[in-house]
Amino acid sequence: MAERALAVPRVSALPYLLSAPGLILYAVCLVAPLAMTALLSFYTFTMATGISTSMSLANYAEILADDYFHTIFARTFGMALAVTLISVLIGTPEAWILHRMNRRWRAAFLLVILGPLLIPVVVRTLGWALFLGRNGIVNRTLTELGLVTTPIEFMYTFTGMVVALTHVLCPFLVLAVWANLQRMDPATEAAALSLGASRTRAVLRVVLPQIMPGVLSGCLIVFTLAASAFATPAIIGGRRLKVAATATYDEFLNSQNWPLGAAIAVLLLVSILTIVLVWNRAVERRFAASFQG
Amino acid sequence: MTTRNGWLAILFHTLFVGFIVAPLLMVVWVAFTPEGYLALPLTRFSLRWFIAILDSDFIPAFWNSLLLGVMSATLSLALSVPAAVAVVRHRFPGRDAIAAFFLAPLMVPHLIIGVSMLRFVSVMGFGGSWITLTASHVLIIFPFAFRLALAALVGFERPVEWAAISLGADTRTVWRRVTLPIIMPGLAGGWILAFLQSFDELTMTIFMATPGTTTLPVRMYQYLSDNIDPLIASVSAALIIFSVAVMALIERLWGLDRLLSGKGR
Repeated sequence: MAERALAVPRVSALPYLLSAPGLILYAVCLVAPLAMTALLSFYTFTMATGISTSMSLANYAEILADDYFHTIFARTFGMALAVTLISVLIGTPEAWILHRMNRRWRAAFLLVILGPLLIPVVVRTLGWALFLGRNGIVNRTLTELGLVTTPIEFMYTFTGMVVALTHVLCPFLVLAVWANLQRMDPATEAAALSLGASRTRAVLRVVLPQIMPGVLSGCLIVFTLAASAFATPAIIGGRRLKVAATATYDEFLNSQNWPLGAAIAVLLLVSILTIVLVWNRAVERRFAASFQG
Repeated sequence: MTTRNGWLAILFHTLFVGFIVAPLLMVVWVAFTPEGYLALPLTRFSLRWFIAILDSDFIPAFWNSLLLGVMSATLSLALSVPAAVAVVRHRFPGRDAIAAFFLAPLMVPHLIIGVSMLRFVSVMGFGGSWITLTASHVLIIFPFAFRLALAALVGFERPVEWAAISLGADTRTVWRRVTLPIIMPGLAGGWILAFLQSFDELTMTIFMATPGTTTLPVRMYQYLSDNIDPLIASVSAALIIFSVAVMALIERLWGLDRLLSGKGR
């Protein structure tokens, strides 16, 4: 095998055979199911007869016309945007602070901040429910101390979803920026300082442009995960504050209107992929202009 | 090199770490309550809610998750290593497309994969089973195993293999005695990461789990949507403790930040 790879390149079947098991899995578990779901979204559903295979755009028309769904999609992307913005604003400085720590502190705090990524999302969200629920610790303490008469509402609020989801996803942004800072040449900052730049100026003009790719890719990860998040919005937002993911879940497993659920899922996927493509295109153009090569 | 952060940075850092850690500490603290309701124990601590886990249906769910995680991580590794070998060591038409395709599940939300698998399973008439559940888990963790396998193979020094070949080793011996031992740490990192992804997965699994294949996150979610009581807190606390142990292991063997950013060793 090794000898053959060294020889003059000749198209052999070997690499295809090696990737075949993976490709078959992908064809069966990804491509075929996605195609079936796309097809399903054009089917029609009635309470009396269930799913019928006559094709129409009725599901999409319903979603695009109904205020109920407008609210759900606006809430989904509003939430994703808010989570992304907060994550950037707190995660980027935090990565920078970690970068400037001495080795031992840095190792310890990296563990503390990235470690939660290994803990199930349900557990991390439960922390917020315990903390700030109607019967949660904060409300009970405040009521017992007589500081408030009615509990502060956090569960089933938009703010609650954004805070809890930021807690879940922000470590991804720190990780992306941190990985980028690792690759940065520390001499560039030193050079800016020795040439008389103030520290703020050195950070803004020398460090920030270099870590921009990390910040932007971190944003994309956080945004796409937030827009399709299920567990946190389901636990904190509940039935009252539906997002696209929880609405899809309800259509599939409660209302049994699979075609409508499939249409919501397809719209969510298409919007996320469009945003990813546009974002990548914009980032590439931006960086092609500022960094040649 | 000492710290160069000013007091403002230290203050910000303290608040940030508090934000990350506080909800988790809260869960662990509440889990030690001796009361029958959610309360912060201040003077009396009890293990009663940890003991209560043993009689609950979280235990079978835990075994389901463990089994599913081990099976799908092992399978994803078995499928992704040959694929990574093809991509790293061969030049062939469609190579870049295949490499990109293998990372595609990272771009498709788990919710969509869950919905699609539910539809697929119902059209094909498979019903809920371990086979379809495992296959879907292998799919979503494949990119993680694949990325770590790529990293292990890219950093590989080919001359070591050539030395073995020139000393008369055949292809199989080279693979078994030289290549595999060298890339093993990277592959093991991929396995751990893949296992954790599977063990924690809720969004896709919730569409596929049947009463016989309920995983721990699914059971916890179902329980949470009914009520929040000290039992769910103690289960969560136990998982946090489990995760911290895994985290310590990962940090020691690979470095958590390196493993999470797909760099292997």
